[in-house]
Amino acid sequence: MSGILIIAEHRRGELRPVTLELVSAAQAVRRTPQERVAVAVLASDPERFIPGVSVAGVDEIITVKTAAGEFDPDVLEAAVAALIAERRPALVLVPHSIDSFGYAAALAARGGYGFATDVFQLAYDGEVLIATRGGYGQKVNVELDFPGRAVIVLALRASVFKPPEGRASPAVSSFAAPAARSRTRSREFIEAPASDDVDMTSAEFILAIGRGIGEQANVERFRELAAAAGAVLGCSRPIADAGWLPKSRQIGQSGKTASACRLYVAMGISGAIQHLAGMKHVSTIVAVNSDAAASIFSIATYGIVADIFEIADALRGHFAK
Amino acid sequence: MKVLVAVKQVAALDEDFAIRADGKDVEADFLVRDLNEWDEYSLEEAVKIREATAAAPVEVVAVCAGPEDADEALRKCLAKGADRAVRVWDEAVGGSDAIAIARLIAAVARREKPDLIFAGAQSADHAFAATGIAVAALLEWPHAAVITHLAFTPGAASAVVRRELEGGVLHEMQIDCPAVLTIQLGINTPRYASLRSIKQAAAKPIEVLTPAELGVGPDAVGEDGSLSRVRRMYVPSVKRAQMIEGNVAEQAARLAELIRERTGGAA
Repeated sequence: MSGILIIAEHRRGELRPVTLELVSAAQAVRRTPQERVAVAVLASDPERFIPGVSVAGVDEIITVKTAAGEFDPDVLEAAVAALIAERRPALVLVPHSIDSFGYAAALAARGGYGFATDVFQLAYDGEVLIATRGGYGQKVNVELDFPGRAVIVLALRASVFKPPEGRASPAVSSFAAPAARSRTRSREFIEAPASDDVDMTSAEFILAIGRGIGEQANVERFRELAAAAGAVLGCSRPIADAGWLPKSRQIGQSGKTASACRLYVAMGISGAIQHLAGMKHVSTIVAVNSDAAASIFSIATYGIVADIFEIADALRGHFAK
Repeated sequence: MKVLVAVKQVAALDEDFAIRADGKDVEADFLVRDLNEWDEYSLEEAVKIREATAAAPVEVVAVCAGPEDADEALRKCLAKGADRAVRVWDEAVGGSDAIAIARLIAAVARREKPDLIFAGAQSADHAFAATGIAVAALLEWPHAAVITHLAFTPGAASAVVRRELEGGVLHEMQIDCPAVLTIQLGINTPRYASLRSIKQAAAKPIEVLTPAELGVGPDAVGEDGSLSRVRRMYVPSVKRAQMIEGNVAEQAARLAELIRERTGGAA
């Protein structure tokens, strides 16, 4: 068993950038410089993705022509299982993503491969691969190993490994995918409705509220505070799910990314990993939370442990009516 | 028609906690347990199917692999509308990863013969996001993950689901049934249990089974039946925010100052 196999991820004709992050992770974890890194592209038109994955650190690109144009868990699982059987890699890397949620556990359970998800660190200790992930809401780190497993499948967290900078011209080969019985049929992609005129991705100053605001009636005072302070009001998932603010205001993995934001004030947001994915890059983050142990304090620049309503009231007095 | 809802009794950490002497988990005394938040949504989705179906009875069965204190999570399910509850456990199940747990859920499914299986898209504690899809693989059933919309009529040969992708885009798919769906937050609004239903749930039986009774051998659960093993658990040395101390007025004044500095505003 040797070699690292990366499964490229794409959607609606675009390579997903996390694919290249996996290349860097593979480079870093290799036991010897001779260990080969192959990227498999499974698509109805895999050739179109060759330029996108021709980056430094890739030794080989394997094109796998599949019947499915868009994500199909049965097609993916069958093709990756066949690739593993043929290539016998020691390690298979996929992104920890909504697509891999849909097939990676099935692949591992049926193949009997070592398996872990949301891995953000990986290294060999001698011949033993150790994968590190979070536990108990990211409050602890958990080191896993995979005794007796010749093939290990890991789903790696996005935005942890930096994509390689250089280009390369890896060898390209093709692999014939086995026929798979497909039990889902892709119908359409539906964009989140623009129910609001705000564009969170362009906001420079965001004041975001979370579960800590308690009830819907409290939204208004934070809306007023945000307006007075010159901030755009955003929120974490529970607020949008409850319908207290439109989905277009939600910051996080399944919402918007605060791309242009330079100041992010999070009030009553505990800091679930999915929320952090949308804002942890912001240069100045101020977290206000009554729970001193809230995860958000681990990524915030400044922290205030206090009642968010008291802080909001006191803060309001600093801005003109 | 029957819907099987796989649930988990998750654990959150107390403000102060200690790692166990073997270094592989947190001391159980410091864990605060509750029904996984995602499972509240999958249970609600099952109960909604029952309520929308007048023609034929729909039974909602909650199943959990866990020790005796997991009964609490199952009672919550019973209070919120599950018709029956099944718990699977024996000592050998300890140390199981998501895949080993899936073997037990799949074994219950073989016995219960449901028409649909729901599981939470992930658990709040360890967030492997794997159990439901592994159950589907073991049963060789169709599956779809992270579902925020479901259109299904009991008896139909397929359902229409929407997966919630990164960035909030939805992907609509048709899926053959029976199927396993992993349910995302926000698919519905879970109901609160009434005092009366909580009381009734306390009196309902919870069926307790061992892996052996389900035909699952000791090598298929615990560490032997898992695809990963915990080597070590530790508290990471994380960067901590610079804390703004003082009373509320002082904290708010410093925050106002930060806002002015960072936005160049003249408030």
